[in-house]
Amino acid sequence: MDNVYIRQDLVDARPAPGRTGGPIDWARHNLFSTPSNSLLTVLGALLLMWIIPPIYNFLFGHAVMPGGTVEQCRAEGAGACWAYIAARFNFFIYGFYPMTEYWRPNIVFAMLALLIIPLLIPSAPFKRTNALLFFVVFPVVSYYLLAGDVFGLRHVPTEQWGGLMVTLIISLVGIIGSIPLGILLALGRQSKLPIIKTLCVMFIELWRAVPLITVLFMASIMLPLFMPQGMTVDKLLRALVGVTLFSSAYLAEVVRGGLQALPRGQYEAGAALGLGYWKRTLLIVLPQALKNVIPGIVNTFIALFKDTSLVSIVGIFDLLNTVQAASSDINWASPTQAVTGYVFAAFMFWIFCFAMSRYSLWMERRLDTGHKR
Amino acid sequence: MTNLSVTAPEGAAMQISQTDVAVDVIDMHKWYGDFHVLRDINLKVMRGERIVIAGPSGSGKSTLIRCINRLEEHQEGHIFVNGTELTADLKRIDEVRREVGMVFQHFNLFPHLTILQNLTLAPIWVRGIPKAEAEAAAMHYLERVKIPEQANKFPGQLSGGQQQRVAIARSLCMQPKIMLFDEPTSALDPEMVKEVLDVMISLAEEGMTMLCVTHEMGFARQVANRVIFMDQGQIIEQNEPEAFFSNPQHERTKLFLSQILH
Repeated sequence: MDNVYIRQDLVDARPAPGRTGGPIDWARHNLFSTPSNSLLTVLGALLLMWIIPPIYNFLFGHAVMPGGTVEQCRAEGAGACWAYIAARFNFFIYGFYPMTEYWRPNIVFAMLALLIIPLLIPSAPFKRTNALLFFVVFPVVSYYLLAGDVFGLRHVPTEQWGGLMVTLIISLVGIIGSIPLGILLALGRQSKLPIIKTLCVMFIELWRAVPLITVLFMASIMLPLFMPQGMTVDKLLRALVGVTLFSSAYLAEVVRGGLQALPRGQYEAGAALGLGYWKRTLLIVLPQALKNVIPGIVNTFIALFKDTSLVSIVGIFDLLNTVQAASSDINWASPTQAVTGYVFAAFMFWIFCFAMSRYSLWMERRLDTGHKR
Repeated sequence: MTNLSVTAPEGAAMQISQTDVAVDVIDMHKWYGDFHVLRDINLKVMRGERIVIAGPSGSGKSTLIRCINRLEEHQEGHIFVNGTELTADLKRIDEVRREVGMVFQHFNLFPHLTILQNLTLAPIWVRGIPKAEAEAAAMHYLERVKIPEQANKFPGQLSGGQQQRVAIARSLCMQPKIMLFDEPTSALDPEMVKEVLDVMISLAEEGMTMLCVTHEMGFARQVANRVIFMDQGQIIEQNEPEAFFSNPQHERTKLFLSQILH
């Protein structure tokens, strides 16, 4: 008779049993749950106690803060020479840009911040105007403002541009230029039209198979050999084009991954409703495909941002190159001069890359419409 | 049938005999690579007719209705939909698709858009209807499939039955002349099949031209004018539902029916 059962009362749902809180409980649960875990916890704590104090002392404790003198930096046991960073800060930001003209890049920085922040906040109003200003007006205005030679502005050749300014210019142009190009290449690679497909495959495979250093060398040394006599293309422009094409090939493959992951049914449903190729692609395929590959896209952008430092080998003074150049500054010669410079450069790169990473995580969560349950 | 070979574009003067024909498939063959998936298909569907296509899996029934809005391409023969012949001409294909709604086994709603946006996308971007008007129409069809309260949710938040009803409403928003159903209830939990079938039955009652691939024999009995049985890429038998179920002629049909009807 035991195999017959009929429920008489339905059980009401109740909340899950809560865990007793408190930091001690947490530690017991996570750090000291077993003897071996306790041992690992103790060892880990000892390791931290061994490595953290010297790092702290170098960066802060024994460091010479801005306003300090070179003599302090040369003293026995002195830590990071922040005074040197502060003294050469303008060089790291503007490179060899003439000091009297610093206001010009400053305006560009301000415009950048004013336009990019609302653009990145989805709820900010006037998106269309904002995008138009950022993608069309801003680059043109910035170029003439920085290069000068118009409206009585003094001409500043790109050879004098440098520092963080150039790093940002190369990465922004690279990122913004490679998005549409990468998407078009990815779509082209999936095309049914054989010529378009072949061209896209060839382009992607060529650029992906060549190191960026080679691309930059080719652009700066070989390209002029093929140019007609007397015709020159700006060195910075050549680097910009090289970086953009290079990362667009990478981006194309990331986007292709997203396109392939999209179920066939999505294409078919769009087609069955009478949407043509471009409407289907723009309204249905790309919004989903791009969203799914945000981590890969941001990965490409972060790599691009850091790879901008390679332009130093063709003589462009990006942030890292200015730091390197300043490290031989005899006025600030001290045992920690070079190290401090590199820590500063690393920190600057880290800030921008970390910001990109966090923004993309936030965007991913925001765009999640819960269809992957 | 000869007068149908005239490929009159939509809106041009059409012959009277053509206006009553919704779909005309003539001597059609299709291959997947070397595999002959559809063979010698001849099928004429009159306006307002409800056709149920049955058959074992792999018999080509889904492929057949997917040829009618050219999600699949046929290699031989002719297919006319609302008097327009389907050829490689993309413009003509889109013209046909605008008038032919399709409901898929796996719903294929757009997961990144809300229900309302799913419904208004095609009317706005294909027909050029103003947004407000498209939304009003969309709400009308959501009422019809009895889920207006879900308008601002995303597809992922709905049950399978609700999603399929949204998919039907999405097709109806384009005011199609013909509806194709590709196993619309096969991916649903048993408890949700009825709510979808009810919507389909009410559509049939309004006189919509329908081609349904389905295993719901009760539905076939209730609404179909004709049942078509397919096997190995060919139409084996077609008849009115009563006769089809009670007195099948072909051996293959008898075997199939004996296995699905208990």
